[in-house]
Amino acid sequence: MTTLTKPAPAPAPPGPGKSARARVWRGMSLPYLLLLPAVVLELLIHLVPMLVGIGMSFLKLTQFYIRNWAEAPVAGLDNYRFVLDFNAAAGRALMSSFWVTVQYTVASVALAWLLGTAGAVLMQREFRGRGGLRTLFLVPYALPMYAAVITWAFMFQRDTGMVNSILGDTLGLVGTGGDAPFWLIGDNSFWSLVIVSVWRNWPFAFLIIMAGLQNIPRDLYEAAAIDGAGWWRQFRSVTQPMLRPVNQVLFLVLFLWTFNDFNTPYVLFGESAPKEASLISIHIYQSSFKTWNFGLGSAMSVLLLLFLLLVTAVYLAVTSRRRTVV
Amino acid sequence: MSEPRWVSWARRLVLGFLVLFTVLPLYAMLASSLKPLSDVQGDWHWLPTNLTFEPFIEIWSTIPLAKYFVNSLIVSGTATVLSVTIAIFAAYAVSRFEFRGKNLFSITVLSTQMFPGILFLLPLFLIFVNIGNATGIVLYGSRLGLIITYLTFSLPFAIWMLAGYFASIPKELDEAAKVDGCGPLGALIRIVIPASTPGIVAVAIYAFMTAWGEVLFASVMTDSDTRTLAVGLQEYSTQVDVYWNQVMAASLVVSVPVVAGFLLLQRYLVAGLTAGAVK
Repeated sequence: MTTLTKPAPAPAPPGPGKSARARVWRGMSLPYLLLLPAVVLELLIHLVPMLVGIGMSFLKLTQFYIRNWAEAPVAGLDNYRFVLDFNAAAGRALMSSFWVTVQYTVASVALAWLLGTAGAVLMQREFRGRGGLRTLFLVPYALPMYAAVITWAFMFQRDTGMVNSILGDTLGLVGTGGDAPFWLIGDNSFWSLVIVSVWRNWPFAFLIIMAGLQNIPRDLYEAAAIDGAGWWRQFRSVTQPMLRPVNQVLFLVLFLWTFNDFNTPYVLFGESAPKEASLISIHIYQSSFKTWNFGLGSAMSVLLLLFLLLVTAVYLAVTSRRRTVV
Repeated sequence: MSEPRWVSWARRLVLGFLVLFTVLPLYAMLASSLKPLSDVQGDWHWLPTNLTFEPFIEIWSTIPLAKYFVNSLIVSGTATVLSVTIAIFAAYAVSRFEFRGKNLFSITVLSTQMFPGILFLLPLFLIFVNIGNATGIVLYGSRLGLIITYLTFSLPFAIWMLAGYFASIPKELDEAAKVDGCGPLGALIRIVIPASTPGIVAVAIYAFMTAWGEVLFASVMTDSDTRTLAVGLQEYSTQVDVYWNQVMAASLVVSVPVVAGFLLLQRYLVAGLTAGAVK
């Protein structure tokens, strides 16, 4: 496993060939030469590490073997047995963070999609200020992710933050002073995480659905209107079916991003996320780099990948079949 | 399309909510960056008691922000240029040639998008450390390691989107160029690239944003000399007293280049998505 491809410098495309033989050779292999840099880099950064990671999950790769990992003893399925033993602490922690991640993903994706769809559909029709509003809505997506999340962390501060000031002082919905709620520890931290994630992701859904709406031919709406379809009927019978292919991809992308999300909780809570908001990526990161047991971390990562592959395969099978039936 | 009255009310209500939701954090960032320290240590105030630009000066000395800024610029800039260049060649191959393994390539590249980052973070960390031990090429802790990591993050989307874009350019234009004596690469450089400027610009913004905002790999793969803004800004929160006015000022400063670039070029991104991706 130590024999790895070195990062080859991107080869320059061949210059114009002189002889006829060179030209023939070039014609056959040109597409491969063009692809070579991309293939080498994808292999180096994605595919080889993934295979290595799968290999690591079968090793007893503790801190003693980090520098010299070829000598790490083989663990077989021990790492998997350990993290999947739900009667022990490690298994229970993994299960709990898995459920937190499932709930987080469902809440965040549903809300981001809902806001994105509502925003895009309601802005389908021309009105004054539409361009400016569209620009404003895209700002959270353009903002560097950590700047956005740090700002939310500031707003969620218990004593000095904007959130408690609005909810407590202005609206009177929550206690103030010593009774003010905490947002970054305890049960509330889950919802803080969801709100920040929706704030970041809904503009992406908005952008994609907006692009999808532009591809719907106007004649379809005109034909529906001639048939006497009202606004809601047009939305149900024209907009929704025409957006289905876009939504199919959008849901999948949002699901994968949100389920793998590391950045939002890491920046929002710092090194130690509260257990109510400890997503699975954070859990794997913390248990790997705190104990330097990369074998266990890899086993959990492989389980995560298998779960995502399974969900993606089932999702694509179900949604593609429904598409052909309708 | 004529619409009933409830739709226009729903529009006001929903869009009003979305404006509020979007603006509140942006306002918190801007207003707090103009406040003296005492203002951000007590109750939340909507307006600064006295307007000050001090935080924008102090951020450069509280943490080595300038160094992080330069690191981020070098890493993100280089990763963007390389990613776009490599993607142009790959997308040209996919859109203009028939060859064995084309589908395999497309599927593999796209599926790397779904791998959890954490899965290849641990092996990549070990691979970089071991490449360094074996060959002396320093990838762990260096900008080079981060650059090649980040460029592969944006590569799949860049290839996918540019392939769609290139496919929309009529092949007759390539043929005409070939009649004039251009080879396939001449046609790429003289015809296809100029005709796809919007798509290339959109992909470049995406690649730059991806690199500029990445946290996970930056937090593991950098040391104190090569740290990027994404990790550097978090140093504020490890201080005993968090200078929130400075944190907000720094957040604003690091956001301005990407947000300005994005908003200036957003129509290219929307056009690129409409032409390439959403089909």
